[in-house]
Amino acid sequence: MSNNKKQIVKDKSNFQLRMITEVEVMKKVFSDPILLGAIVTVLTIVTMFIVFPLVNILKESFIYEDKFSIHHYSEIYRLSYNKDIILNTLKLGVTVSLLSTVVGFIFAYASAYVKIKFKKILNGIAILPIISPPFVIGLSAILLFGRMGIITRGIFGMKNAEIYGFHGLVLVQVLTFFPVAFLVLVGLLEQIDPSVEEASRDLGASRWKVFSTITLPLMAPGIANAALLVFIQSVADFGNPMVIGGNYTTMAVQIYMQGIGSLNMSGATALAIILLLVSVSAFITQKFYLGKKSYVTVTGKVSRRRELISEKKVVTPLSITVILVSIFVGMMYILIPIGSFIKLWGVNYSLTLDHYKYVFGLGFKPIFDTLKLAMIATPITGILSMVIAFLVIRRKFLGRAYIDFVTMLSIAIPGTVVGLGYVITYNKPPLVLTGTGIILIIAFVMRSMPVGIRSGMASLQQIDPSIEEAASALGASSKKVFTSITIPMIKPALFSGLVYAFARSMTLVSTIIFLVSAKYNLLTVATMSQIDQGRIGVASVYSTLLIIIVGSMIALMRFALSKMGVSQEDIKL
Amino acid sequence: MKKGISIKNLTKVFVINQKNKVVAVDDVTLEVKPGEFVTLLGPSGCGKTTLLRMIAGFETLTAGDIYIGEENIGAQTPDKRDTAMVFQNYALFPHMNVFDNIAYGLKIRKLPKTEIKQRVQKILDLMKMNDFAHRVPAQMSGGQQQRVSLARALVMEPGVLLFDEPLSNLDAKLRIHMRDEIRKIQKEVGITSIYVTHDQSEAMGLSDKIVIMKDGVIQQIGTPREIYQKPINAFVAGFIGKTNVVEGKIMSTNNSNYEVDIQGITHMVKSDNKLSVGDKVSMMLRPESIIVEGEQYDGIVTKSMFMGENHEYEVKWNDQILQISESNPFGRDIYEIGDTMKIGFDEKALHIL
Ligand SMILES: Nc1ncnc2c1ncn2[C@@H]1O[C@H](COP(=O)(O)OP(=O)(O)OP(=O)(O)O)[C@@H](O)[C@H]1O
Ligand SMILES: [Mg+2]
Repeated sequence: MSNNKKQIVKDKSNFQLRMITEVEVMKKVFSDPILLGAIVTVLTIVTMFIVFPLVNILKESFIYEDKFSIHHYSEIYRLSYNKDIILNTLKLGVTVSLLSTVVGFIFAYASAYVKIKFKKILNGIAILPIISPPFVIGLSAILLFGRMGIITRGIFGMKNAEIYGFHGLVLVQVLTFFPVAFLVLVGLLEQIDPSVEEASRDLGASRWKVFSTITLPLMAPGIANAALLVFIQSVADFGNPMVIGGNYTTMAVQIYMQGIGSLNMSGATALAIILLLVSVSAFITQKFYLGKKSYVTVTGKVSRRRELISEKKVVTPLSITVILVSIFVGMMYILIPIGSFIKLWGVNYSLTLDHYKYVFGLGFKPIFDTLKLAMIATPITGILSMVIAFLVIRRKFLGRAYIDFVTMLSIAIPGTVVGLGYVITYNKPPLVLTGTGIILIIAFVMRSMPVGIRSGMASLQQIDPSIEEAASALGASSKKVFTSITIPMIKPALFSGLVYAFARSMTLVSTIIFLVSAKYNLLTVATMSQIDQGRIGVASVYSTLLIIIVGSMIALMRFALSKMGVSQEDIKL
Repeated sequence: MKKGISIKNLTKVFVINQKNKVVAVDDVTLEVKPGEFVTLLGPSGCGKTTLLRMIAGFETLTAGDIYIGEENIGAQTPDKRDTAMVFQNYALFPHMNVFDNIAYGLKIRKLPKTEIKQRVQKILDLMKMNDFAHRVPAQMSGGQQQRVSLARALVMEPGVLLFDEPLSNLDAKLRIHMRDEIRKIQKEVGITSIYVTHDQSEAMGLSDKIVIMKDGVIQQIGTPREIYQKPINAFVAGFIGKTNVVEGKIMSTNNSNYEVDIQGITHMVKSDNKLSVGDKVSMMLRPESIIVEGEQYDGIVTKSMFMGENHEYEVKWNDQILQISESNPFGRDIYEIGDTMKIGFDEKALHIL
């Protein structure tokens, strides 16, 4: 560069310099048609299926009789019924998040700190609810504690036991969501350097003192984090409140009732916006405030393996708690297949195939429909997640921050809100998608993609970009770099993403309940309508089928992947 | 306050699975006098950390006893023992500032607030850490954290201070600085200390006594001088500093004075070993004890390297290579590779292994 030119560059303002950089960046993008194509596609998808539906809900919520109005919000404020629903949701969220975090912490502590037997099995059982269909626990709870439940009626002879309502919902949600807290907390506990706790013990602290003055304070941000994550899941939960909530209605259920049940879409929008605000603000607190407050990362690398606690007075109570909860969770899973063979639960315990005959009499369509759509959605999710992760982490372009932010935030968007958004957006021209298989596939993809993107990003961040740069320097195009370097390196994230996407698609309820039609009947929806009609035996059949399909597909994919040289460790869920 | 440590026939076996076990500490017996500074030195995996952790109470004893003062502490939990440990990675409490880190143990002991404050203040002064009292570990450099970790242990005025490679994370210059600091403070406070290190110059500089270990077994216990000049076997000789081993034959004996023939030249060597005429012996000779231009033997230079404070040679002599280190080679021409060099052995430095 000549002196003269240098001077010109120096004279430019910061803003001008930034603009020059942006232009240079864009020039680079435009010279690479495949990269450009990928960016445009991703931008379009994210805008159309995440942002646009939400914007539509927001718009709709302020329109009444074709005019701008806060009518829908004042309606919520006016009707004490609606206010109760909001309070119900918050009360449930707070209760469940506190209890789940306690249970999750006990499990995590037992797993990371204590010498207990069958640890692997117990951990496995603890994680089960995350990948299983949403009704399993709710349905089991009915079989155990309902009016005809074996425990309530059978053992205690109670005539009017009522599982439906707040307490039943708390039980079911805690069992469903404590694994979320468990996974977050066990990861953090394992990162605490054991020598920090040894130092405290060396300075005279008893086991209890070490726990209360070191371990617990170090975990405080993590605990708050786990509690918020559970809170988000609890308020967004649709399946459990629908099945077991009874008169205790939550926002997610109400949005559906109002939108689909009473065909009052615009009435539902205001509630959807409030629910969205609740979960997004919890998410933002978790992400941006707590995310920075972690001590655990400060202690750095773990110097030596933790000496597991083997003192009886610690091991015994923790083992008993953990084993009891695990047995309870395990029992809930066994009960469903058993229930599917019982003539009439609580009245006539004779074995029968009637429920299966009934289900198969209705035809295999729900099974095939669900499988087909989930199998189409799974690879799309996998590839799209990795492409987005790659673009966000490794490429500079206009709109990168937008994609990053929107896909991250979409983890916190409740499924019912998305469902409502799709219905009001895609039921009229120019793009009519409701009732088609396409919108169902899109829903599957959009609901499982955010998690896939995050795990892809996490694994990309651990890989030195210079490896990819080396490939480019050797003449590989963007596409070539991605397929020949990036994908092989993030294979584990991709594959665990695939397994997750499949399980998630098979078991999704909240979003698709807005979108199913006579043409496509899905297993989860079929299960729910059977529970609704009180046909517990039939619902058990559907749930059993779902467990078998998801379970065997996961096993099959793991097997196939291990044949392809991906280790079991890599296919974490 | 000062207490000695006495370790008797201590053994630690780690059972890895049905078939494999590791004898990490093997029948170790060791006396540490009150106020003494003892260093454990040995190659990686020789059981230094394990021995230290057994004294601190983090590992159970497979066999043997540990006494601090008169008390057998083998069955006590770590919190009940009168030991304080300085960890290799400092192990500071990340959620507490420097003051609270140091005060932690005193608070556990439920000392009155004013006394805690006073004692922490005193240590902060001693360590010149006053300006850091309100920082948290994440805001400090490695050397500063190291001082806090030392202060946290010292403030307890423990009977025994245990160090596990406390300087290994620091750069060379800071390491030397901290080494001197530790020695000064230990001398001042006079706490019985056991110090683990890989670094022989650290061990030399700090210790009253060095313990050389290999595969869980103590090889030699001695002052730094004894260890360096009179190693008990080739392992110890080789582990501490560079060394040459030469072969010879006993020609005559007179109490502990021996005439030894090495390649046709007779040397007078002192040794406490019981030897008789005709015995073949191996002798150790440090590189700096071979005299350049010594007029005893001829050798061919195979390596010549200027190191600043000294000049190092490797010289082919008979069928072996000798390491030679000449200090202050001013005013003399340097020998180049291929040159013939006249050398001599310093008899006083010859040590029969
Ligand atoms: N918890 C344990 N379980 C099984 N084996 C162990 C355990 N701790 C140490 N060992 C083994 O005992 C031996 C001694 O280990 P130790 O940590 O005491 O060595 P070290 O001398 O401190 O080594 P370094 O200088 O590398 O720190 C090693 O072989 C090690 O593998
Ligand atoms: Mg060690």
